[in-house]
Parts: sequence; C-alpha cells; structure tokens
Amino acid sequence: MKIVEKSLSFYKEFERKSGPHKETTHYCPGCGHGNVHKMIAECMDDLGIRDRTVFVSPVGCSVFGYYYFDCGNIQAAHGRAPAVATGIKRANPDSIVISYQGDGDLAAIGTAETIHTANRGENITVFFVNNAIYGMTGGQMAPTTMIGQKTTTTPRGRMETVHGNPIRMAEIIATLPAASYVERVAIGNSKHIMKARKAIRKALENQVANKGYSFVEILSTCPTGWKMDGPDSRDWLIEEMTKVFPLGVLKDDADEREGDWYRPVKGFEPAKRDTYLGADIPDEVIEKVGLKQDLMCKFAGFGGQGILTLGLFWAQVGMRNGLHTSWIPSYGPEMRGGTANCSVNISEKRIGSPLVEKPNALVVMNQPSLELFEPDVIDGGTIIIDTSIVEGRPDTARLNAVLIPATEIADEVGTPKVANVVLLGALAAASGAFTIEQVEKTLRATIKKKNLIDMNMTALKRGWDHVKNGG
Amino acid sequence: MTETVQKDAPFIEITGELCKGCKLCIDVCPKSVIAISEKLNGSSYHPAYYTGADCTGCALCFYACPEPAAIRVVKP
Repeated sequence: MKIVEKSLSFYKEFERKSGPHKETTHYCPGCGHGNVHKMIAECMDDLGIRDRTVFVSPVGCSVFGYYYFDCGNIQAAHGRAPAVATGIKRANPDSIVISYQGDGDLAAIGTAETIHTANRGENITVFFVNNAIYGMTGGQMAPTTMIGQKTTTTPRGRMETVHGNPIRMAEIIATLPAASYVERVAIGNSKHIMKARKAIRKALENQVANKGYSFVEILSTCPTGWKMDGPDSRDWLIEEMTKVFPLGVLKDDADEREGDWYRPVKGFEPAKRDTYLGADIPDEVIEKVGLKQDLMCKFAGFGGQGILTLGLFWAQVGMRNGLHTSWIPSYGPEMRGGTANCSVNISEKRIGSPLVEKPNALVVMNQPSLELFEPDVIDGGTIIIDTSIVEGRPDTARLNAVLIPATEIADEVGTPKVANVVLLGALAAASGAFTIEQVEKTLRATIKKKNLIDMNMTALKRGWDHVKNGG
Repeated sequence: MTETVQKDAPFIEITGELCKGCKLCIDVCPKSVIAISEKLNGSSYHPAYYTGADCTGCALCFYACPEPAAIRVVKP
C-alpha cells in the first residue's frame, strides 16, 4: 500500500497559527510557497537528511519557515540568507544548508550576497521562489515583476524605460564558474511540479555529495498580490511568466565536482576560546610613565615614506607605557606619492579629540609639509626635519629645531625605508618623555617582520644618538 | 470527509477543515473526482471534497495542494 501524505519533516502542528487548525500554513489560498515547502520536506524525508538540515528562512512571506520545517532553523536579515548559510555550512560542513528566498529577498536586497555566495561556490542549496511581486508587504513591484504587470507601486504596469526589465537571476548565476547546478522550474501545472520535485531533489543530493553550489529558481504564484484565484494564477504563470523566465537547466557541472566542495574545519573548542582570540596572553604589567606635558604631535610627508607608520610607532610607545593615546591619519587615495600626515596625542589624561591643530612637536619629511605645518607649531615647540629631503629650515628663534639627515642615515643602516625609525629615535630623544629602552621594547613588539628588527634597532639608536650626542 | 469506497480502490482523504478552497486540486485532477463543497468550513472557506469514486491514486492533487496536511492519498 502506498500512502502520500504530510511529510515527517514538517512539524505535526504549526505553532504560529492561532485558532483551532494548527495544521494549516499561514499562506494565502493557492499560494505557491506551500507547494515548494511540501516538495522540500518530502525530499528531506527521502534523503534522510532532516536531522542535519539547517533551513535558513528569509524575510518575506516565507519568513516563518522555522514554524514548518522540523529541522535546524535560523532566520536571516533581509537578503542575507546566503551569507548566513555560508557561515553555517563552513562551521558545520556536515550540515545540509538550505537558503530559501523569495524574489524581493534574493534579487533585490540580497543581490550581493546571492551573487558572491554563488561565485564562491559555497556547498549550499538555494531555493529561489520567484512570484514576480513583493507579497508580504502588500504587492509592490519586485525585480522580477513582468513588463506591464500592475502592482501597488506600478499602478499603470511596469515600464521598461522607467523600472527596468525583470531580472533573470538563474541566467546570471549560471554565468559564474563556481556554480555547479542552476535550473529554473515552475509550479504552473502537474508536469511542472513533477519537474520541480526532481530539481529540488537533485539540488539537495548535490549538497549531500559535496558537489557545490546549487540554485533552483521556482516560478511560483501570488494569487493575492496578483488579484487572481488559484487556477487563474497558475495559468498566468504558464502563459506569461515562462515567456520571460524560460524553464530548463541552465548549468549542470555537478558531476565533475565530486567531493570538491567539502571544506573541513577544525571543531570549535569552547575551552580554547581565549586562544582563538589571542586573549590568553596575560596582561603585561605596565609601569606608567609620567609626562611633563601632553605630547601633541604631527607627522607629515609624502605617502610611502612611512609617515603614518611612524605615527603608529609613536602612539604605541605611549600606549605601551601606560598612557592614553590617539592616532588619526589624513591621506589621499594614492598609496605612494601623495601627501600624508597623521596626528598623535599622548597624554596622562583621557583624550577628547584625536585631532592636533596646534602641535608641540612636528616631524616633517618633505618641503610642502614644512611650509604647511610649521606655522601651526606652538612657540617653543619642537620641529624635527629630515634634512636629506627637506631644503627649508625653520624659524629657530621661535622653535626648537632638530635637523637630522634621516634618510641618509637610514641608507647607511641598510635601506632608506627606515628613515621613519631614525626620526622616531630623534623624536623620542628630543621629547625627553621616554628612555631608549622603552622605545626599543615597543618597536621590538610592534614590528611584524622579525628579521628586520636588528636594522630597525640600529636606525632607532642612530636617531636617538643624533639628538643626545649631536651625531 | 473520508469517503468509504470499495476495497482495493485508490482514494483520497481531504480534511475539509484544513482546506482553503483554492481549487488547485480540482484543476489538476485527471478524473474530475474532486468538487467544492457548498458548505463553509470553520475558516470560512468552501472546502474541496472527494466525490467518492474513480480516484486513480495519481497524487497530482496532493502536489498541487499548497497545504501540507489537507490531502492524503491512499493507493492500496
């Protein structure tokens, strides 16, 4: 005896429903979502994957997917279902992840997530229910709305010149090399439905066999939004929608991808959480350095000279000696050759604004910066100039000038690239706020390329000595 | 709701209280053995019902029906 009835992958009762009949869905009469739900649930039964399936509900009419499917459930922000599905699948490669989305969710707000998830070839299954309208919000135009179709936001019908054309997502996805299987099916009549069942099954089987990203677009109906009854809406689907959205397999590379898309990951061990975050290193006991005055520093030069890094080193020196610091850069879009400057505050007190408009220390590595920022330095402030590059000289009656051929010194040390570290040494010495050991310790901890530490230490010492010993 | 028919013949059971009267099952039934009731159900829909004979158990109505539990197809 053969019985065709409600799938076991559905909950026995749907808690969402008020009233006595908790076995009905919240969908309108004749809505296609119910059909698609039934086909997915049936397939989950048949493949025996219910216990490891995670169903990602979208925003839209099908937002309540988690009230129906008796499997793992999560509901994503509007359009983000494929991104959420990516995370679930990567963290739990043995789970079967379904991203179930409507046309507003998938083809409008979630276009980016949809395309990039497909482009990465995530081993998930996307069911795209396209009914050419925003149903839940009251029948507005969707990206897939047909030309001429009347909706609440296109009361005279969608016009190509004003609203663009209905977007064919399956065709777009099929152009992406990483997508394994892309098919468009429909639920207009029984023939359609039997084909849709097969496509849904194939898309899930692909995932079970780690064959990568499967995308099934299902042309569906919205009798309420379309203002039709059930049978008329199915007829309209067949007569109108399939003209714009042709049915069929758009891509099927799944058989060439056996097992390729399984991404094993090491299990997350809660006890190791601090290690993952790098938070298991005990806090260093920092001896707080006292300051005679707040250090309000400006660093300026060409992009690529290491000006911003110099500012970061300096801020680190303050931070690693128990002081409040701020660093804020200002630069153009050029990675090299533009002008760049940054402002660093180091203080015993909390810092209000990170900007430095009146610096008491200025480090300049090009001529325009000297001209631009020298007038801002307060009387009696320090100005440090890389004389290898900068030709001008500051007003020594007003300012304490440190002239240092930093780039030449750096070149002697090994590379002109460490000129900024020579200047760091000079600034540290001129400020009188830190010992060279304190600066060395910071630099050692901050430099990422450990094989360059020695060169940087030499550069730092040369800058420091230039100020302390006059060379 | 459940119609008793001769033994060994396929049949469907439509739970009228779960039917929303969308008529899709009627549209697809190759034997035209489903009809719409004159009476309203508890949710104010005119539910579909099996007329009681000639069902082949093809289950097309089951798949055309958007409701998970409204139709049950038995093929002995």
